[in-house]
Amino acid sequence: MTINIEAGPAGRRKVIVQGSLTIYDATDDKMRMLQALDDATELEVDLSSVAEMDTAGLQILILVKRESIATGKPLRVTGHSETSLDVLDRYNLASYFGDPVVITRPERRKSRRKGRR
Amino acid sequence: MNLAIVQQTYIVESRELLRDMESALLRLEKSPQDAEAITAVFRAAHTIKGSSGAVNFDAIVTFTHAMESVLDTIRSGKASIDSGLIALLLACGDHLSSLLDCLAADDRNAAFEHVRAKGESLLGELGIRLGSAPAPSGAPREARVERIGGATVASADWHISLRFGRNLLRNGLDPLSFIRYLANLGKIGQVTTVFDAMPAAAEMDPESCYLGMELSFSGAVTKEAIEDVFEYLREDCQIRILPPHSRIADYIDLINALPEDKARLGELLVKSGALTQRELDEGLRAQAQGAARKIGEILVGQGAVQGELVDAALEKQDLIKKNRAIESSFVRVRADKLDELITLVGELVIASAGTALAARRAGDVDTIEAASTMGQMVEEVRDRALKLRMVPIGETFNRFARVSRDLCRELGKEVEIVLTGTETELDKSMVDRIADPLLHLVRNAIDHGIEPAALRSERGKPAAGKLHLNAYHDSGSIVIEVSDDGGGLDRKRILERALERGLVAPGHTPGDDEIHRLIMQSGFSTAKTISNISGRGVGMDVVKRNIESLRGTLSIDSVEGQGTSFTMRLPLTLAIIEGFLVGVDRSSYVVPLEMVVECLELSAEDRARIAESGYINLRGEVLPLLRLREVFEVAGGAGKRENIVVVSYAGQRAGFVVDALLGEFQTVIKPLGRLFEQLSGISGSTILGNGEVALILDAPALVERAMGAEAANGFSKAEEQVQPQ
Repeated sequence: MTINIEAGPAGRRKVIVQGSLTIYDATDDKMRMLQALDDATELEVDLSSVAEMDTAGLQILILVKRESIATGKPLRVTGHSETSLDVLDRYNLASYFGDPVVITRPERRKSRRKGRR
Repeated sequence: MNLAIVQQTYIVESRELLRDMESALLRLEKSPQDAEAITAVFRAAHTIKGSSGAVNFDAIVTFTHAMESVLDTIRSGKASIDSGLIALLLACGDHLSSLLDCLAADDRNAAFEHVRAKGESLLGELGIRLGSAPAPSGAPREARVERIGGATVASADWHISLRFGRNLLRNGLDPLSFIRYLANLGKIGQVTTVFDAMPAAAEMDPESCYLGMELSFSGAVTKEAIEDVFEYLREDCQIRILPPHSRIADYIDLINALPEDKARLGELLVKSGALTQRELDEGLRAQAQGAARKIGEILVGQGAVQGELVDAALEKQDLIKKNRAIESSFVRVRADKLDELITLVGELVIASAGTALAARRAGDVDTIEAASTMGQMVEEVRDRALKLRMVPIGETFNRFARVSRDLCRELGKEVEIVLTGTETELDKSMVDRIADPLLHLVRNAIDHGIEPAALRSERGKPAAGKLHLNAYHDSGSIVIEVSDDGGGLDRKRILERALERGLVAPGHTPGDDEIHRLIMQSGFSTAKTISNISGRGVGMDVVKRNIESLRGTLSIDSVEGQGTSFTMRLPLTLAIIEGFLVGVDRSSYVVPLEMVVECLELSAEDRARIAESGYINLRGEVLPLLRLREVFEVAGGAGKRENIVVVSYAGQRAGFVVDALLGEFQTVIKPLGRLFEQLSGISGSTILGNGEVALILDAPALVERAMGAEAANGFSKAEEQVQPQ
């Protein structure tokens, strides 16, 4: 697993999680993500490449979201992979991460279903 | 605390609750969907159980518990209401009532033995009900039964509350797998995840689990099955599983047990659909008065719940508060304390009359004025004191709803009972004493008055008979009417019977009044068959006598084929009456003022005449006279002048010949001693302002005697005095 951090314009950062977001790298993931948030004025977490995610991984996302709210830095979670979305759905936390997810979720499901067909 | 008093209160309150329960059951019988009635029944049973527990009356606790279990299945919609169930619950109410009787009985144990069998058979029936209630497949019985009351939530879902242990993830367990497994058993509804336990970023250990979940779940599973899902988590997780329709109190317990902020948890539960806002508010209110409102405000402040919902809850809360205010504005007072007060007020009235008399004698204007002012105040105090004893007649009427229901069952008739004027008030002691006569009239009306359905449709009437109980105030008396739309009095049959019994001379055609009087004769019955309800001929005469002993009257209005109406007219109170004071020789007598029509002087020529005939011609009508001097065998000759007090009772008039007319008098009725109870012509005594005793005339009996004397015209006095008892 890897976490790539891309720097964008005006202090924006984009965290791209690849592979897994699980307890095995949780300590490392936590530090890197918090660091990224610290460095950024605005953070995007791209989950499109997340193939594996567990409760520990979710907790890290929750933590980062909470910190972003506390510091007033916008955080966007984007490109949910099917796995990551499933976890968010099981915990019914999609709405906690903000409006974009709530709005895109049903569309996503539809498109997912279409894709399956 | 005095145990005897506690027990007394317990019995009184339980009886009230039983009455509530009964009327709610009857309502339920009419409209089985009446959720409020179900709740009322449940509440009554529950409260009785609670207070029975407090006084260590286990027999009732066990019994009400079984009732509650059955009621719970109704309330949660698992069982439906049918007439059999209502009958069973009514029987249960009766049994509870007899259990209460046992408590009051001298020999409790013997009394309990007496009703034990009945109780056991009812418990058995309740058990069958409980067993036959269609339970969701495989749902554990004990999940329902162990719930012991309190309002339950509407939600038909399981509610599962999870707080995962810190080391869960480290131990290689992931809550997700359990949730996924649970999803295989049924449908997971609303899920809410809480992570309030997560510490600040620096302290947060990413390998620890800080999550908790509140989720609703529906599926045909047992509690054990759900518990099995979380088997591995049990060690270090907090797991709470609430079955569908759990008590609100259970949820409140849950909220209290969980670590998160209570307002937030409440919000969570509402959001997850486990509780409605109303249930939450109600539950929290029950738990801590005042706190509920605050939580409501917090919830709205956070924008977490819709304003209307909270408004509705708060509105209800206000209503409940208001109800409580009404409740607390009542004071339960022992009847004997009230009686003492009334007695004292009676004495006060007498003393005040004495003062007024003394003042008049002394002739001092200031004293007279002061006495008169005091007299007015005393009168007011008297009126207020008497009003304290006034109770609405509705409670008595409501009893008949049950009676009529049972009777109709027994007779296979359909009778609708209509109650009006239930708020009409009358003296508590009267209420107790008219209950029996009223009961008799109601039974009579249903048994004899209202025809069987077949005959009714033949006569073009609706199949269901109508029994109307009405009450209203009318110039110092209360009028109670019992009317039915049945066949009316069977004049022909009554006459036949009367001829058979030799009560009417052959060939004589009696008027309506006479017919009505006939049915009030002792032993008179026209019933073709004697049922165990009525027809034995002990009845109307007893009713009449009971009413008359209350200084009341009973009149009958009957139209053949259209119905009968019995009208009871009773004084509002038994304690104090407006009297008219008359004098014979040196004694004073009181005639109830409402019966006095007029007073006239007995002219010299009439005086001569009545010595022989016993009546005078009053404006073209025969007025039978009764010389009180003779009736009471007052020694000495007649005074120089004599007066006639014309008294009217039940449409009949008679004149009492007295020496002096002394005017109106506030009469505090003192009962006669037991020794004088059989004395005819006297109904009580009173004390005059000057301390002397005056006898209160039993005007109805005397009028009757005068009428009898007139009819017999010249019969000896000995025979006149034979009164029908």
